[in-house]
Amino acid sequence: MVDVDRDDAASPEGADAPVPLLRMEGIVKHFPGAKALDGVDLDVLPGEVHCLLGQNGAGKSTLIKVLAGAHQPTAGRIVLDGEEVVVPHPVAALGRGIATIYQELDVVDGLTVAENVYLGHELARGGFTQRREVAARTRDLLARLGHPEISPHREVGGLSAAGKQIVSMARALSHDARVIVMDEPSAVLDAGEVRNLFRVVRALTAQGVAVVYISHRLEEIREIGDRITVLKNGRTVGRDLPAATTPTAELIRLMTGRSVEYAFPERPGVPDGAPVVLDVEGLSLADTFQDVSFQVRAGEIVGLAGLVGAGRSEILETLYGARRRTAGSVTVNGRRLRAGSVDAAVAAGIGLCPEERKSQGLVLDEPVYRNITLSTFARIARGGWLDERAERAAAREQVTALDLRPTDVDRTARTLSGGNQQKALLGRWLVHGCDVLLLDEPTRGVDVGARSELYGLVRRLADAGTAVVVVSSEIPEVLGLADHVLVVAEGRVVHRAPAQDIDEHGVLDLVMEGTAA
Amino acid sequence: MSTQVETPPAGTSRPSWLSGPAGRTIGLVVALVLLAVVGVITGGERFASIDNVMTILRLASVTGVLAIGMTFVITAGGIDLSVGSLVGLASVWASTLATQTMAEDAHWTVMVLTALAVGTAAGLINGLIIAYGKVVSFIATLAMMIAARGLAEMISGRQTQVVSVDGFLDFFRADLVGVPVLVWIFALVAVAGWFLFNRTTFGRRTVAVGGNLEASRLAGIKVQRHLLYVYALSGLTAGIAGVMMLGRTTAGTSTHGLYYELEVIAAVVVGGTLLIGGRGTIVGTVIGVLIFAMLTNVFTINNMSISAQNVAKGAIIVIAVLLQQRFARRSTST
Repeated sequence: MVDVDRDDAASPEGADAPVPLLRMEGIVKHFPGAKALDGVDLDVLPGEVHCLLGQNGAGKSTLIKVLAGAHQPTAGRIVLDGEEVVVPHPVAALGRGIATIYQELDVVDGLTVAENVYLGHELARGGFTQRREVAARTRDLLARLGHPEISPHREVGGLSAAGKQIVSMARALSHDARVIVMDEPSAVLDAGEVRNLFRVVRALTAQGVAVVYISHRLEEIREIGDRITVLKNGRTVGRDLPAATTPTAELIRLMTGRSVEYAFPERPGVPDGAPVVLDVEGLSLADTFQDVSFQVRAGEIVGLAGLVGAGRSEILETLYGARRRTAGSVTVNGRRLRAGSVDAAVAAGIGLCPEERKSQGLVLDEPVYRNITLSTFARIARGGWLDERAERAAAREQVTALDLRPTDVDRTARTLSGGNQQKALLGRWLVHGCDVLLLDEPTRGVDVGARSELYGLVRRLADAGTAVVVVSSEIPEVLGLADHVLVVAEGRVVHRAPAQDIDEHGVLDLVMEGTAA
Repeated sequence: MSTQVETPPAGTSRPSWLSGPAGRTIGLVVALVLLAVVGVITGGERFASIDNVMTILRLASVTGVLAIGMTFVITAGGIDLSVGSLVGLASVWASTLATQTMAEDAHWTVMVLTALAVGTAAGLINGLIIAYGKVVSFIATLAMMIAARGLAEMISGRQTQVVSVDGFLDFFRADLVGVPVLVWIFALVAVAGWFLFNRTTFGRRTVAVGGNLEASRLAGIKVQRHLLYVYALSGLTAGIAGVMMLGRTTAGTSTHGLYYELEVIAAVVVGGTLLIGGRGTIVGTVIGVLIFAMLTNVFTINNMSISAQNVAKGAIIVIAVLLQQRFARRSTST
């Protein structure tokens, strides 16, 4: 009996009001020290493209990881086909017909298309893979996706990003997926490939598959989406919005609507006579960003705003020499920097606090003081002999100045919290004494309380005469901290203005609508 | 060794005296003492004599010198498989010079310097290929291991070349306060290595580059140049070891140092240097070398075969690495 009921409920023509294929109710997810999801509701109908919209950090990724079984919700229910389900791990999600296509495509380059599609559930008899059977089924799946031209025997490493995406989708179909979650699928595609992707999505929905589509690009959502759910700060703030007709202004208001206010320090204003410290002229990196020019004066904070993937971090890394620029020049205090040389940049007085503190910033198993003196231990040393006493003293000075906790400089960097790791990196450049400070996502992974403190520190550095460049995907952070803002979209500076002359709404407008061109 | 399990990893709590590197070293010392006790019980007087202690130290000296260089390479996140072959190459290059071309009036130190130069040059080539050619160290030094052995055979014509330069032989035959010159060389290299590793900017760079190459690069450290130096240093220790082999055997041959790289790597890892880089210990390496030398000695005194020794050595390597992994997991899980 129960089974019959469920079958009725699942069929679209079984009831007047469409019955959701998937319903997530009151999903809460706590991480140690952070509440990633705080009551999210989502319902997805069979055969629809359901768009998930929200700023970075709104909880989209966490939500789809809960759905995919990669995270366990702290509270809330997942209802599939009218039946409450628990998704303890990713394999269980696939078994329930929920497949996720992540942005960084999880295909194995060295295997063939068919091997990738059946990865993890190989068809085998007595330990031997059924190559012919696998190839035939893969061919069917690719045909369903409208890509019969991809041979099951091709090595996946030779396919484009778009091709790999198709392989991922074929894998999802091979699990009889009824819900396919796509995390920013268009981010790696060019315009023609996006057309193709839409064709595939339409083919899937025509077969009754529900697609949960995550994208920052409003024009895409308008074209492919049926309904929109908006997340903000881990909550559902907008639901059942028609994708084609909801006004852009309304969507942006829902995504941004202030609730967390950070205290940003006063802007004293850059004195007129302040010298230009950093002069970036026509900086380009092939295939990433083009013709970026700006100047930063002593005491000025310049912010780069834009979405992830717009090229902001790459601009910082290139002007720092960590990537070799393909055109343009970088001048610090009138000295032109050699391309592709970090040590030249450091010697000229530039310091970078990188985006990924753990993998790019710190030597995690070394003590805090050695991380603070990583750029200066050779200068503190005498004739090649380390002076650890002087290093510890220099580090302690920064620990006090930055209020870094705990104050023990012999602890390993690994044991520090995100905010204190960031302070250790700031301390590194303070010991070094640099004229230009580049901050890439300075508050990522830093809890709310510590953020205002970091903002104050950065402003004090600027007041002391440092030229600062800040990159952040949190637009309010850039607007609140910087004196001058550059908006970056698709590798180009699309707008520049004093921070007080532009608001978050304006920036989002520029990056979302601006990228359509 | 068993006390190592009890040692809480550094970094998870306030570093106390026992949980730091000192605590791990104590574990190794305990293992060495236990081995010595086994030696005394089974060998009695034949083990516990000054002569036998010197035998153990002589046995340890050549691989010991190599292991000091290897500690730098592994701490920097690499591996050097070529050192055994470089010992052979340096020894035959020097002995060829001594037996065929060296003029009567040239001093024997020319021969020594030749060996050191050959080792260093080969190390520089390794470093260039790895740091600037971006070839993984395993492959680059595997190639050097094969090529250097071949070159050694070509130079020597597969002949054993007996060195009859008196000054050289006298030097290596000598004792200094009852300790053979070979052992003194090992001691000097170990002490110099300790200072270089723990007290200089070179050592700091080695740990930083091995601990996080990208962070070191972004902090302004010239990581490529440093890696070049590290492999050159390893080549230099191979040159020194080549001279020591010449002195010990009074002959140069292309088979000197065969399979030494494996013993050396094993000793370094048993000593507590992390194979993934970022943490190394010269003291641990020295004790690791001594453990292997003493093990060989205890087995030999008890007339047990080389084959049995190898089985025991293999077991020790596995146990040591298992302990290391437990340690690494615990320290990264916080």
